[in-house]
Amino acid sequence: MLAYLIRRLINAVITLLVVTLVTFGIFFMVPKITGSDPALLYIGKTADAASIEGIRVKMGLNDPVLVQYGKFLQGLVAGRDYANGPDVTHCPAPCLGYSFKTEQEVTPLLLSDLPVTLSLAIGAAVLWLIMGVSTGVISALRRGSIVDRAVMTGALAGVSLPVYFTGLLSSAIFVYWLGWLPPSNYVPFLESPAEWFVQMLLPWITLAFLFAATYARLTRANMLETLGEDYIRTARAKGLGERTVIGKHALRSGLTPIVTIFGLDLGALLGGAVLTENVFNLRGLGYQALQAIRGNDLPVILGVTLIAAFFIVIANLIVDLVYGVIDPRVRLG
Amino acid sequence: MSLGPEASVTDDKSAPDADAAEVRGPAEKAIAGRSLKQIAWRRLKRDKVAVGGAVVVLFLIVVAILAPLLTKLFGHPIDEYHIDQIDQTFGTPIKPFGGISSDFLLGVEPTSGRDVFSRILYGAQTSLTVAFLSAFVSTILGVVFGASAGYLGGWVDSVISRVMDFLLAFPQLLFSIALVSVLPYSFLGMDGRWSRIVVLVGVIGFFGWPYIGRIVRGQTLSLREREFVEAARSMGARSPRILFRELLPNLAAPILVYTTLIIPTNILTEAALSFLGVGIPPPNPSWGGMLSDAVGTYQINPTYMIIPGAMIFITVLAFNLFGDGLRDALDPKAR
Repeated sequence: MLAYLIRRLINAVITLLVVTLVTFGIFFMVPKITGSDPALLYIGKTADAASIEGIRVKMGLNDPVLVQYGKFLQGLVAGRDYANGPDVTHCPAPCLGYSFKTEQEVTPLLLSDLPVTLSLAIGAAVLWLIMGVSTGVISALRRGSIVDRAVMTGALAGVSLPVYFTGLLSSAIFVYWLGWLPPSNYVPFLESPAEWFVQMLLPWITLAFLFAATYARLTRANMLETLGEDYIRTARAKGLGERTVIGKHALRSGLTPIVTIFGLDLGALLGGAVLTENVFNLRGLGYQALQAIRGNDLPVILGVTLIAAFFIVIANLIVDLVYGVIDPRVRLG
Repeated sequence: MSLGPEASVTDDKSAPDADAAEVRGPAEKAIAGRSLKQIAWRRLKRDKVAVGGAVVVLFLIVVAILAPLLTKLFGHPIDEYHIDQIDQTFGTPIKPFGGISSDFLLGVEPTSGRDVFSRILYGAQTSLTVAFLSAFVSTILGVVFGASAGYLGGWVDSVISRVMDFLLAFPQLLFSIALVSVLPYSFLGMDGRWSRIVVLVGVIGFFGWPYIGRIVRGQTLSLREREFVEAARSMGARSPRILFRELLPNLAAPILVYTTLIIPTNILTEAALSFLGVGIPPPNPSWGGMLSDAVGTYQINPTYMIIPGAMIFITVLAFNLFGDGLRDALDPKAR
């Protein structure tokens, strides 16, 4: 198990390094090739040549790309100093640089967006796990029944509905037509838990609906496959009650693949639910990402992408470890 | 190492005994042998839902191709303003339900009064072009890399598999958004619409290939050890021949199924990117762009939001239904 753990850890670190390299390369090289200068993005087009050169020196934009990348990594691990003549700004680790637009440090900026994204992702995850897995299991157990067909039709519709459409549609219905919920305006949990809950309700349901549909389909397929296995027949043949057969034997192996998918989906969402956040005006990482992209704010784009990749890699790692515990065969692979 | 949303789903809609039911009564003439293709085709034809999906898909393709003609016959040019249809105080259509009338079949756009019907048709053109071409890109890349990884094995396999795992464990939407937004808006003499279509096809196609690649690799791995490959090799066939003449025909079914199933995903991604404002640039029509335009006015004029949304839904659903049916008919697991 320890060797397995170490192998997975090394893998995760390598993946993260590659992600930083690729992301850095794309965001600092492509603009150069297509002829837009990061220094100009930072200071604005009207600046005189001297101040542009100053920015270049300060941001290290004149260095070779690999040196820039090295400094960026150093900033992530140990913090970094930006020197412009006599005046030195220290950016503590993990340093992601400064926003081109607001000149704020990127790390605290993104950290302040994290609670919104966390609220959205975790709440939705709880909902879709309950909805998706339970309907999927029921569907599999009552295969061919009306319930099964209704659930599967709903699930197929669910996977075909884009979240930006269901989001607009549900707020048109529940906020503006029926008036059951207030227009979206995020309230932090610590300020007022009740209002936070009411505000998050629609985003949670909208986002969870999409995932629940996928999970219901997956769970049903996995359960059906498991229920057809020989050991289930054996369990029934030796006289175990249906509850034990399903509850103890079928669910365990029928639901293991769900663990993998769940970890990855949650990891991906924690890096910012770009579409949902923008539809519901939630100022999380996904919202920040889009603002940064629209404003060509390279350091912020780089930062969000890195955080997203970080969550995905960590989720992958956790999934692998959990899997190693649930299914001992994996450790040998 | 994520599974694609569809990768492990095997709906057991078509029960195996469906084929047994084909055994004719004794009065009929002797049973003729059927190729796998014929069996699959029969199964597919009997699957009403899949056929329904296919009909809708074909209809949409025809509509997209005929968009210029249909616009001339039933609509107005896509960039023609009709301010007379708009209430100047609110910027919303004067007539109810988004201004739907016999003249404007699907209503008019808020503020500008452009014809929604024509813009939906041209949006279909964009959406389907991007979805099909990027599926094509994904398939080519997926087959080339997947088959090489599975067939050659060794370090080629480890490198390709590692790259696929890496791409699948990547903030894809975020990355597509960022990538699409740093790429230039016009190049090689193409205007905004076509250069963006090329960029979208490239980016969506590129991020889609690992899904196909993994399946092709897995299939190639298991086929490689089969007797007919060994027989071909013992008769002196070289690798290219084995790959293209022996293995590829056997991979056709899964490739076809997963290419079909990747199309609806591509439609959703294109619409998402256009919704976020980094896809097809205005004033060119796109379904995602229309939804994004509707954000400001959907509270008082929901029709303009519902129409492009419903189009995306219908299109994606039709492709999913058809793809599911195709998989049930062709999936090697069901054989």
